[in-house]
Amino acid sequence: MSVLGRTIGFSILLTLVFTLVANLLPQMEGEAPREETMDPGELTMDSFVALGESLFRGKGTCTLCHNELGRAPDLLAIDVVQAAEQHLADHRYHGKATDAAGYLHESMVDPGAYVVRGFGKKGSNDTESPMPAVDRPPIQLSELEMDAIIAFLQAKDGNQITVELPAGPSAPAVSGEPGDGMSAAATAEEALVKFGCPACHTLPGSESVVGPVLTDVGARRTPEQIRESIVRPEAEIAEGFSGGVMPGDFATRMTVRELDMIVRFLAEQKG
Amino acid sequence: MRAIFRLLLILFSLAPVAAWGAGDVAGAAEGAAQLEAGLLPAPQPTRADYPDIGFSSRAIVWVVAQMHLFFGALVLAVPLFVLAIELVGVRSGDARYDDMAHEFMKISLTAYSITALFGGTLALALFLLYPHLMEYLTRVFGAQMLVYALLFFLESLLLYIYYYGWNAMRYGNRKWVHMSIGLLLNAAGATLMVMANSWATFMMAPSGVNEVGAVVGDIWEVMKGPLWNPINLHRFVANIAFGGAVVGGYAAYKFLAAKTPEQRAHYDWMGYTSNFIAILAFLPLPFAGYWLMAEIYAYSQQMGITAMGGILAWLFIVQAVLIGTILLAGNYYLWSGMSRTEGSRRYQWLIKYIAFVLVVCFLIWVTPHTLILSASEIAALGGSHHHLLGPLGIMPAKNIAVNLMLVFTFLSFQLYRRSDKVATVSWAPAANAFLVMIYLVAIANIIFAGIYYGYFTNTVYKVGSSVMQVVSTLVVIVAGVVIDGLMFRNARILPSRWGQVSNRAQYALFALPVAFTWLMALMGYVRSSVRTHWHVYTVMKDNSPDNFIPTIGYAGNMVTLVTLLFLAFMLFIFWIANLGSVRQEPPR
Ligand code: HEC
Ligand code: HEC
Repeated sequence: MSVLGRTIGFSILLTLVFTLVANLLPQMEGEAPREETMDPGELTMDSFVALGESLFRGKGTCTLCHNELGRAPDLLAIDVVQAAEQHLADHRYHGKATDAAGYLHESMVDPGAYVVRGFGKKGSNDTESPMPAVDRPPIQLSELEMDAIIAFLQAKDGNQITVELPAGPSAPAVSGEPGDGMSAAATAEEALVKFGCPACHTLPGSESVVGPVLTDVGARRTPEQIRESIVRPEAEIAEGFSGGVMPGDFATRMTVRELDMIVRFLAEQKG
Repeated sequence: MRAIFRLLLILFSLAPVAAWGAGDVAGAAEGAAQLEAGLLPAPQPTRADYPDIGFSSRAIVWVVAQMHLFFGALVLAVPLFVLAIELVGVRSGDARYDDMAHEFMKISLTAYSITALFGGTLALALFLLYPHLMEYLTRVFGAQMLVYALLFFLESLLLYIYYYGWNAMRYGNRKWVHMSIGLLLNAAGATLMVMANSWATFMMAPSGVNEVGAVVGDIWEVMKGPLWNPINLHRFVANIAFGGAVVGGYAAYKFLAAKTPEQRAHYDWMGYTSNFIAILAFLPLPFAGYWLMAEIYAYSQQMGITAMGGILAWLFIVQAVLIGTILLAGNYYLWSGMSRTEGSRRYQWLIKYIAFVLVVCFLIWVTPHTLILSASEIAALGGSHHHLLGPLGIMPAKNIAVNLMLVFTFLSFQLYRRSDKVATVSWAPAANAFLVMIYLVAIANIIFAGIYYGYFTNTVYKVGSSVMQVVSTLVVIVAGVVIDGLMFRNARILPSRWGQVSNRAQYALFALPVAFTWLMALMGYVRSSVRTHWHVYTVMKDNSPDNFIPTIGYAGNMVTLVTLLFLAFMLFIFWIANLGSVRQEPPR
């Protein structure tokens, strides 16, 4: 073979070896976060928590640092609410939060308010946090998305979820996968049937004596009280009835819009 | 997107961009208007805004940008060491140096036109395929791009004078004029490089703009981002290594094709010099890379982890294979070259030990920490970050291996340099003993730091261990160069027989440029990928269909494509370089 042929042959062979090595390794794509618009009105607390988890592992890139490798506190392994309460009480804390949810929110938008010992920026003696503010680029989470993450962090260890579901359809669109579950009801009547209210309550067109009659509830109660009775039935027990009968989990099963529709519908039932 | 864009000069003469730049220069009068225009945020194009040509825009820009970078690196590096060789020629009075330097320049000259060609194509491709990004970048850099274009013309001018004036300004005072032109040429080249680097580093770590990308600082603040100098140094050093390796390939080819002993001797010597340049520039490169990574971490821990600990972590296995190939080839060539001198007998016994250490270290280095998981397994175990994968980010055993490889490569290098000399200074034995001690302490330190800090302390200190190792390695290199420099100043030179080297050794000289080229393109992939889905990190999102990080396999295929393309172009250049010296016999 000519010198030229051998040179070319050798070079091609060598590049092919390198190519082979690259192709033998695990093949993973780093996807950009998908900007899916979803309607916050469709959220239930369950799907809100699920959204929080997918943000935590996905768009939020939290697991890039918060994992078992010791780069940052492994939030998935510890009870974050407990840690938050401890850190709130620590004299090194100089933020403004007063409760765990507030602390978690602050940790995301102003990570330097409290720097977990041993995790500060190199050379800063734990006064500066290497964590980026996640409401700013490149992560850029919205308030709603951060709330979802807080809900997830609270829920994962069985702590009470204290963040509110986003109110009404005016809330900004968020990205991520919408929660699963049954299809949402389109009207208040449909929603009442879907959640089985007529089984216990007298409503227009049906009768039951298990719970209070609701055809005049709009005259007795304000919309806020009605909402409260559905979300937290135990908070106030209607006279003549006993607590613990009405299911307490509607808040997690209803979408924001379904709840709105029902409250509006019941508030109009003035007897 | 693989968007490093350079050489806007062709478009500058055609496009309205020029008007933009000029407007900036004449800015004083329209200060208010400028201010208003200047506070425009970065554009945020949606997917539909990107031209769809039915083929990946990123792939096109990737190939063209990488080709431009290869040639750009070559034409920046070659004049640099040509000037150094020219200086050696003047000081030693040996005409061979001058001839060799001139021959190197011949390669650089053709490469220069090709650089410009690809630069123009790249600018065109970027303006067509990523109009919003380019609109933004031209807005941010404004007049700087015009300066760049002008400088490019200056560089061309100097280059032609330097090359074509070589023989006209060969001796005496004229030689110094010639060398001054060479110096200016290099100054222009280096300035061009750092200006173009600022475009790439601005995209990685923008400065001089506010949160939404509106320009708030002057051009100097825009250029002087946190990653600018680390990239400048890294590219500068890497260019020299790359340029040395490429001209080494040229020399090897000419050696194999040589017909006369004189030619063989000439090209053997040329190959040796090239290898010398490539390896010497290559040795400090990992440290420049280390600084760059440290600055990336300081700028954004998130970006650092994306590069070293996320899905890109596997890339460092490929990098290890490439660097290992380079070191083994470089060493092999040095050992083969020892057959040229009698004096090398003194050191031959050491080679088998060096080879042994190198091979063992290489194997440690490339062996993945873990059994290789499939992509689906990794996804099942929690996305791209995984407790088996993660330790690759900080890898004590591998750090020991890498540093030892560097130290032993330097040892080969040093032995080779010594093989044709006998020291005449009286303190030589003492200095030798001192040097041996430095080697031993450094090696012990590298191993100790790696094991102690790597395995017996927690993560935070592991990073500290590599600093100790790096310092040990650097001390060996610096001490070796300094001591040998002093010790062999008036050394007795043993005869060398140039040309007396095996053909097989020449293949090591081919392996170097191939591995270097591949490595450079691979590092381009990671440098671009750490921006994730941003054109300009944190201020301008990449919403194009290609805004994801491609798999390492896809990247490998692209890298192979550009490497082979580059080699094809280089063959063309070598052919052209030879064509000039062929003269057809007149017909009878
Ligand atoms: C670049 C790495 C990085 C990323 C990305 C990151 N964090 Fe952090 N985070 C840290 C580090 C380091 C600390 C510990 C230092 C501190 O307290 O600020 C921390 C602390 C925290 C804390 C306080 C923990 C405590 O015990 O006080 C919370 C809460 C938190 N991060 C949540 C998040 C969430 C949610 C995300 C994703 C949206 C996220 N982090 C993304 C590095 C990161
Ligand atoms: C298992 C039976 C049961 C079901 C199903 C049920 N409720 Fe009730 N509900 C009760 C009982 C018992 C009370 C009274 C005790 C209390 O206040 O918790 C009550 C109280 C209420 C009240 C407060 C009435 C008042 O006069 O203060 C409202 C409003 C109400 N329910 C709405 C609903 C709606 C809307 C649904 C369907 C989403 C529903 N309930 C489903 C049993 C039920």
